[in-house]
Amino acid sequence: MKHPHDSQCQEILKDLNDYIDGDLDSDLCNVLESHLESCSDCQIVLKTLEKTIEICQQDCESIILPAEMRQRLFNRLGLEEDANQNR
Amino acid sequence: MTNNTSSAAIDLNALKRKDKQEFSKLVSVHSDKIYRLALKMLANTQDAEDVMQETFIKAYNNIEGFEGRSKITTWLYRIAMNETLMLIRKRKGLITNIDAGIEMDDGDIVPKQIVDWCCLPEKELMTSETRQIINQAIDTLSDANRAAFLLRDVEGLSTREAAEVLEISESALKVRLMRARLALREELTQYFSDKMPRKVP
Repeated sequence: MKHPHDSQCQEILKDLNDYIDGDLDSDLCNVLESHLESCSDCQIVLKTLEKTIEICQQDCESIILPAEMRQRLFNRLGLEEDANQNR
Repeated sequence: MTNNTSSAAIDLNALKRKDKQEFSKLVSVHSDKIYRLALKMLANTQDAEDVMQETFIKAYNNIEGFEGRSKITTWLYRIAMNETLMLIRKRKGLITNIDAGIEMDDGDIVPKQIVDWCCLPEKELMTSETRQIINQAIDTLSDANRAAFLLRDVEGLSTREAAEVLEISESALKVRLMRARLALREELTQYFSDKMPRKVP
């Protein structure tokens, strides 16, 4: 496992966030992609990082406000919920 | 993702007039998001409900002060995050001072485990046990890193908006987000490594 020691991998790691978010400028993007082609470890870090974000999103997005809590919120605010409102 | 397209339909002038119907619309559109953020920050349903209620009460009482320089969603997240952090500080027995900032944590995280678990079947990636691991991993993040991750990756705010909510620079936000993502990856890699098929010698 070369990551803790390889300075090029360390440099790449710094840009991985911007790369994932599509914020990396094209020159750095090329450098990163060229490194990825030759470094299977960094490829795996990238893939598993993207998958981590995806499954954490899926898990969190499944949370919805329970109906009774929603009702208590409207009651506390002295509001009535319009059933036709866009949620 | 949860980017709000519906907040454009909220009439700010009506909100400032304390129009109850408009405020009801605001609550309907945003209550799920505020609850989810509070729940993932606090890991306690009662505390999350309290934070959500306080957020909308404060929003109603202070709407005249909202200048519209940011999206109303960002403003609501800011109120909710302040309420959340105050509660966290109370839990920890610290002085409640929102300007004190949230604690920073350890240094950079270097990926230690290089295992490609993406090839596992989807049904193995989303079991109830996995959800428990994800929740534990998110809870284990520092408050600062968890907040950055939730705002950016779960709530879908831009880097600028998330930084605005936390009142930090965009570069500080990026550092926290990277630490959070790498820490979560490390935890999930640890867990999924055991699920990988063993290679036959």
